[in-house]
Amino acid sequence: MNALLTCNGVSLAYEGQTAVSDVNFALYPGDYLCIVGENGSGKSTLLKGLLKLKSPSSGTITLAASLFAQDIGYLPQQTPAQKDFPASVMEIVLSGCLARQKLPFFSKADRLLAKQNLERLNISDLSQRCYRELSGGQQQRVLLARALCAGKQLLLLDEPTAGLDPLVTEDLYQEISKINKESGMSIIMVSHDVKRACQYATHILHLQTKQKFFGTIKDYLASPLGKSFMGGVNHD
Amino acid sequence: MIELLMEMFSYNFLVRALIVGLLVALCAALLGVSLVLKRYSMIGDGLSHVGFGTLAVATALNVTPLVFSIPVVLLAAFLLLRISENSKIKGDAAIALISTGALAIGVVVISLTTGLNTDVCNYMFGSILAMRKSDVVLSIVLALVVLILFVLFYHKIFAVTFDENFARATGVKSPLYNDLLAFLTAITIVLGMRMMGALLISSLIIFPPLTAMRLAKRFLSVTILSAVISVVCFFIGVVISYVYATPTGASVVLVNIGAFGLFWLLGASRGRVRI
Repeated sequence: MNALLTCNGVSLAYEGQTAVSDVNFALYPGDYLCIVGENGSGKSTLLKGLLKLKSPSSGTITLAASLFAQDIGYLPQQTPAQKDFPASVMEIVLSGCLARQKLPFFSKADRLLAKQNLERLNISDLSQRCYRELSGGQQQRVLLARALCAGKQLLLLDEPTAGLDPLVTEDLYQEISKINKESGMSIIMVSHDVKRACQYATHILHLQTKQKFFGTIKDYLASPLGKSFMGGVNHD
Repeated sequence: MIELLMEMFSYNFLVRALIVGLLVALCAALLGVSLVLKRYSMIGDGLSHVGFGTLAVATALNVTPLVFSIPVVLLAAFLLLRISENSKIKGDAAIALISTGALAIGVVVISLTTGLNTDVCNYMFGSILAMRKSDVVLSIVLALVVLILFVLFYHKIFAVTFDENFARATGVKSPLYNDLLAFLTAITIVLGMRMMGALLISSLIIFPPLTAMRLAKRFLSVTILSAVISVVCFFIGVVISYVYATPTGASVVLVNIGAFGLFWLLGASRGRVRI
């Protein structure tokens, strides 16, 4: 089986300052990879590199020949401007179909896809609501539905549960796990919640401005690093 | 009322000004929604000052103002967008640099050539008489180009306004659409500048979207409402300026202030109704 995405000695820098270096891993179809590490460990920067929003200062990031930008779904962290943005849920979810859009308007298939993804995440009833009036958890579901409209092969999530309460966080993790298991979509999630990462993901990439660990959950839990993070200390 | 309008329409220069003005008001309101939400409101203001500088230079060189202004303001628009994206000088400071710089160049050029006279006053605050016959056709064509491009790329503009990183990551060519936005804004500003005045033209970009956002909750309804508000306010403003012999640009802005107040009250009193 060919890797969907491969990182070879990747380093990323901001204005000459290295944010993260020496990242080596490969992601295969169906994998669920969690990138963990503390704040400032380079997780989000690496994700920007994977999305080609930022070019690596050294090393290479290779996508499989069958994987185009149009097959990638992305759930970014919210920007301050979005908090009071006048847009309906449907408008936002439909915008996920945009990269494939050839005509200046959305097709019936686009609208159907948007509706299906709303149903899949149990937010059909919100479709005409105003985005800025939704709760944090609902907003994340809307953005997740948009990401699902955008890509079918790979889903990248940047701290999707930041600022959500524990119950909503748990729901969202289960939803993401369901997407991974049911549709076989590969997932890369940035998180600082090591415990939940070990509970749901198949692989872990631990960063601390350098790559500290990459491998399966089982190997991670057996490693000294995994033990120190899981050993009773809660790193929420 | 009808008599008054008939009387107004009997003046050719007023009809010309109304046609161009309404088109510019429409374009400005549509683009304004995206600019305001992207926190780019001041770009319109910066560009209009650059426009003032180019008008002064064009007059000194004795070339057609539109032909000279459009390329220079376009260049400034791209520059401003690039700077606000990635630079050590932050966006708002960069806009202030460019706009005051252009204003200073304009004032010096004017004082060296024609001297500070009523022409300068007209550049600053606008004049309904500014539309010459030769300008009208070019203005109408350019305004239609702006409108058509906006409609064709409406969804793309929404996407880069709401979430540029997402759009880029999933394969939409965001920089291209940012450039398009800058391009359309620059043209709109140059077209409307002489009628509304360099100091007041950015109000056409900022007021209608903000007014529409008091009531509307969806991007499409904000866009449409903003366009309607802008066109209606412009028309009322021109009528008022005709009746009371007040400056056109300032009158239009006053009507826009009134509309903003009205919508703000409506929005606050009813909660936000769904449109």
